[in-house]
Amino acid sequence: MILEKRLLARDRGVGLLNKFWQVPWLFVLLVTTIAGVGYVALYSAGGGAPEPYASKHAIRFGFGLVLMLSIAMIDIKLIAKLSWLGYLGGIGMLVLVLLVGNVGKGAQRWIDVGPIQLQPSELMKIMLVLGLAAYFHRASWERMGNILFLIPAGIMILIPVGLILKQPNLGTALITGLVGTAVLWAAGVRWWKFAALAVCIGIAAPIAYEHLHDYQRARITTFLDPESDPLGAGYNIIQSKIALGSGGLWGKGFLQGTQGHLNFLPEKQTDFIFTMLAEEFGLVGALSVLALMLMVVAFCFMVAFRSRHQFGRLLAIGLGTNFFLYVFVNVAMVTGSIPVGGVPLPLISHGGSAMLTTMLGFGLLLSAHIHRDAELGVTKD
Amino acid sequence: MSRDSRPLRPLGGERTVRKEEERRRSVFKRRAFILGGVQLGAFAFLASRLYKLQVEQGARYATLAEENRISARLIAPPRGRVLDRNGKTVAGNRLNWRVLLVAEQSADVNATLETFTRIVPLEAHERARIEREVRRRRRFVPVIVREFLTWEEMARIEVNAPDLPGISVDLGTTRLYPEAEHLAHIVGYVAPPAEADIGEDPLLELPGIRVGRAGVERAHDRVLRGRAGSVQLEVNAVGRVIRELDRREGIPGQDVQISVDSDLQRAIRGRIEEGTSVVLLDARNGEVLAMASQPSFDPSVFNTGVSGAQWRQWTASRSTPLINKATNGLYAPGSTFKMVVALAALEARVVTPGERVNCPGHMDLGESRFHCHNRNGHGGLDMRQGIKLSCDVYFYEMAKRLGIDRISAMARRFGLGVDLEIEIPGVRRGMSPTRAWREAQGRPWALGDTVIHGIGQGFYQFTPLSLATMAARLATGRAVQPHLTKLVGGRPVRGARAEDWPSLGIPDRDMRLVRDAMWAVVNEEGGTARIARLPAALGAQVAGKTGTTQVRRVTREQRERGFRVETMPREWRPHALFVAFAPHDNPLFAVSVVVEHGTSGSMAAAPLARDVLAEAFQRLRPGGPGTQRVAGG
Repeated sequence: MILEKRLLARDRGVGLLNKFWQVPWLFVLLVTTIAGVGYVALYSAGGGAPEPYASKHAIRFGFGLVLMLSIAMIDIKLIAKLSWLGYLGGIGMLVLVLLVGNVGKGAQRWIDVGPIQLQPSELMKIMLVLGLAAYFHRASWERMGNILFLIPAGIMILIPVGLILKQPNLGTALITGLVGTAVLWAAGVRWWKFAALAVCIGIAAPIAYEHLHDYQRARITTFLDPESDPLGAGYNIIQSKIALGSGGLWGKGFLQGTQGHLNFLPEKQTDFIFTMLAEEFGLVGALSVLALMLMVVAFCFMVAFRSRHQFGRLLAIGLGTNFFLYVFVNVAMVTGSIPVGGVPLPLISHGGSAMLTTMLGFGLLLSAHIHRDAELGVTKD
Repeated sequence: MSRDSRPLRPLGGERTVRKEEERRRSVFKRRAFILGGVQLGAFAFLASRLYKLQVEQGARYATLAEENRISARLIAPPRGRVLDRNGKTVAGNRLNWRVLLVAEQSADVNATLETFTRIVPLEAHERARIEREVRRRRRFVPVIVREFLTWEEMARIEVNAPDLPGISVDLGTTRLYPEAEHLAHIVGYVAPPAEADIGEDPLLELPGIRVGRAGVERAHDRVLRGRAGSVQLEVNAVGRVIRELDRREGIPGQDVQISVDSDLQRAIRGRIEEGTSVVLLDARNGEVLAMASQPSFDPSVFNTGVSGAQWRQWTASRSTPLINKATNGLYAPGSTFKMVVALAALEARVVTPGERVNCPGHMDLGESRFHCHNRNGHGGLDMRQGIKLSCDVYFYEMAKRLGIDRISAMARRFGLGVDLEIEIPGVRRGMSPTRAWREAQGRPWALGDTVIHGIGQGFYQFTPLSLATMAARLATGRAVQPHLTKLVGGRPVRGARAEDWPSLGIPDRDMRLVRDAMWAVVNEEGGTARIARLPAALGAQVAGKTGTTQVRRVTREQRERGFRVETMPREWRPHALFVAFAPHDNPLFAVSVVVEHGTSGSMAAAPLARDVLAEAFQRLRPGGPGTQRVAGG
């Protein structure tokens, strides 16, 4: 018995080393490269100095790397078992932040946890993916067709979305809802249900709009078309487009971006960091960054395809979609394509909370990758 | 295997499990491909969006970015100087040490000002102004704390610089008038531009800029002002200057040299009293050598702003220091006008030079009797004697023969009652009436009116400047115009040579006759202005004519009661006038003198004219000590 335990322990030790070798180091290199681009961008945003942004970014990434690799070592079965706990924990923090959190610019709410400010809404997106993956991972095709089985999943999505909306943070709420929907889609919820949902929203939205007060409508109009207000909300977008456009094909050169360095570009270290990069490195630089981001998403899909259990698949696809939405919403925002604000560019924007949650997500992804062959494929009717 | 895996234990059979897993896998694969396709499409959309912004519209946005970052500002060029005929500066620029405060460089503006006050005292109202400007302007814009620092104050500030964060000393310029009140009426002054001026020249929007408001400063303002330079600055989003990108120096204002001799001007002004004006021209070309009007003012006061008390004092004063009486004072010419009447009569052939006109001491016209200044009458006299003795009856007769229009026409040919186009804005032209003008007012022109105009009374009203011009034209026979400008930016101005001016078209014989009569006035026994003879040492003889004009009508009753000018209140006494040129045979100088309430032209004005001419000969006569000064002039 004792010997058995000891052997098991040794086996585990060997397993750990073995797992460590299984870490996809190319992916780690990819993530490090993107964080490096972030360092360069933040160095420029700091006026050509590592302070105040770039050096912190590097330290955070270092911590994030350790976090990611540590989580990657955790058995996927344990993660699957703890998923519910994570989901409930996430909801609890969202409630807590509504009660005692600090409200900052753009109504992002955070809680001070030691030296870092934790934004539970960031964490919640990952916890939602975990929760949904755990909920669906044993469901059979028949069961996926059962609407009663889907109602709890819908509630699982709507609770965090509602709580985040109440912060209020429309951008993150939207991403959270879309991530949840993507997991439902991948899990095999029937086509027509998505179509019906889309029709419902299409009908409900104008009716809801009719019942709003004038000032609420005005707020929505400005929200949807910020350029109608060039000195207020539209200023940021207009200056961002000028910065992007003036970057041209090859850019103005490192540290040569006039829009960024002369402070015409607002929030250049957070929401508009992509603009800063695109101004200094042009279309070539911007597309290169997008390509790196696309490679991360592609890796998530690869992990999903190679996983031999539904939990891993749903987890990877959910995390991949979450990452994709981050990038898409941010870049679409700075190019003036969509009117949402307050979404950072993962691994590049300055900010501890986003960095840690991103790396946490990658840790889960790597765990799914390392434990892709785990015995988890159990069906429930 | 272990308890851990129990919840995950298969519920159905092994085959069902595998089948379900296969199903999930295939559904997932299909759906994931679609999801991946959507995401790839979204990335493609972003890429196309970036291409559109950065390549297709790149040039447009590049322009917008440049507009954002570059701010063009004007630099004020130094204002040109005004020099006198000897090259002496009469309007220049003085360096002005100013103290500036930049709020953002000072941790605590109040503390800094407190420290500053201990070094250089600040008045309470100055303090209030500074604090107001600091509040109103953006924090990096300098605010003027104090101007016109002395060397000592500046040194004290520099020594204490470490205790004065945000304080800096800066060098500006301010207008300086070394001759002060002596040339104020000619040179004029500068002042901050009025709202109405701004807009024509962007330069005028600059803080601290000054524009010419009067005199030469105003007449040549454009030349003196120069053209603004510009500097391209890189600014950040809040407008703070980051660096200078490009600098285009402006064109500095050009110097203007005027014909006035400031030493002579000073000497003349030292000789005259309140209410007196003197104009001295170069008879050959009309250059103004001196032009004095007493009292005057200090032009530099306008530079910093005239206080309300000062302004009230100037405008309320009966002596009108702001008004240049030499160009804007209007006086009846009196007997100084008689040469014009004589020439008109000769030209119209209503008299021959030798014809004798009898003067019984008065002339009767209908019920009116017009007196000669000589109650006993001059007896019979010809034209030369008429001028020499200034017989009024002779000229009543001439006027009667001529009619007002022919006299006034001749007056205008001599520059009387016309625009002389001198470079001093706002000069008055005077009045040479015509019959039509009077009738246009609905009043008939009576013969009696004509008669008094024959002795330079009635509506005739001229400035001392135009009387001097008349003297110069009598001296040369040319239509010289008085002017002040010699060189603009080193280039001579037309009109410097006698030949530049056209002939008046009056026969030489007539001119010689009148000049000879004017010579007789001064140099012959019985002439009215023998007092105006120059010292023999100067070797030049003066030709001139006196004038005494009543400002108040003296009735016969008063005269019979023995009413004498000596006992009149001062402001009732007649004005004294004298016009002259010298040397009589080769004229260099033409002069006019008007002494308000001077009582008698021969007693008050003629001696003054003599002194002015003597001074001019000593300083400016060709061949004399000042030859080169007038050379070419």
